[in-house]
Amino acid sequence: MKNQNDTLAARCKRNTIHLGIWTGAWVLTLALVAFGHKFLWNEDTTISAIMIFINLAVGVGMIIANIKHLNGLDEMHRKIHLEAMGVTLGVTLITGLGYSMLDITNVISYDAEISYLVMIMGITYMFAVLINNFRYK
Amino acid sequence: MKNRLRVLRAEKEITQAQLADETGVSRQTINAIEKGKFDPSLPLAFKIARLFNMSIEEIFEDED
Repeated sequence: MKNQNDTLAARCKRNTIHLGIWTGAWVLTLALVAFGHKFLWNEDTTISAIMIFINLAVGVGMIIANIKHLNGLDEMHRKIHLEAMGVTLGVTLITGLGYSMLDITNVISYDAEISYLVMIMGITYMFAVLINNFRYK
Repeated sequence: MKNRLRVLRAEKEITQAQLADETGVSRQTINAIEKGKFDPSLPLAFKIARLFNMSIEEIFEDED
């Protein structure tokens, strides 16, 4: 009787670990490009280009791991994540363009940074998943 | 969508976790189905129906 649920739990655990490893590797290669360019290989553009290519390749691995993670969830949790992704896409689109407009129209004195958008994406996704989990409780 | 899942489960004396085991979903999903907060897919509804030796219509009721 326990086999199926063990499979679901084991599959979720395994996929989450894989996703964590790929995400960690992606962040690591990104940091390597960002800091290595100046501090490790003295702004050598060839090495930077290779490292960026590696970062992109690891990014593809992270996307595949994320798809596998989502497909490994049960149908209700897939719906929770689908709705959270929809909310995140909408919020990112409207805040991203609004933020860009603030920069273009010089309402803000500094340049719009993409890192703020990434933070908004992460926070929105996290809250959307939490709220959806609560809704289906 | 209304359903008789909680009653049927009680009659068979099986827990949400056991039903989740049998159907390959999480206990939270079974709980959400019982509370009418989540409508199962057709394959999951068939699995549940098979488990209770019933038809889908005998367990799930369309509210429209």
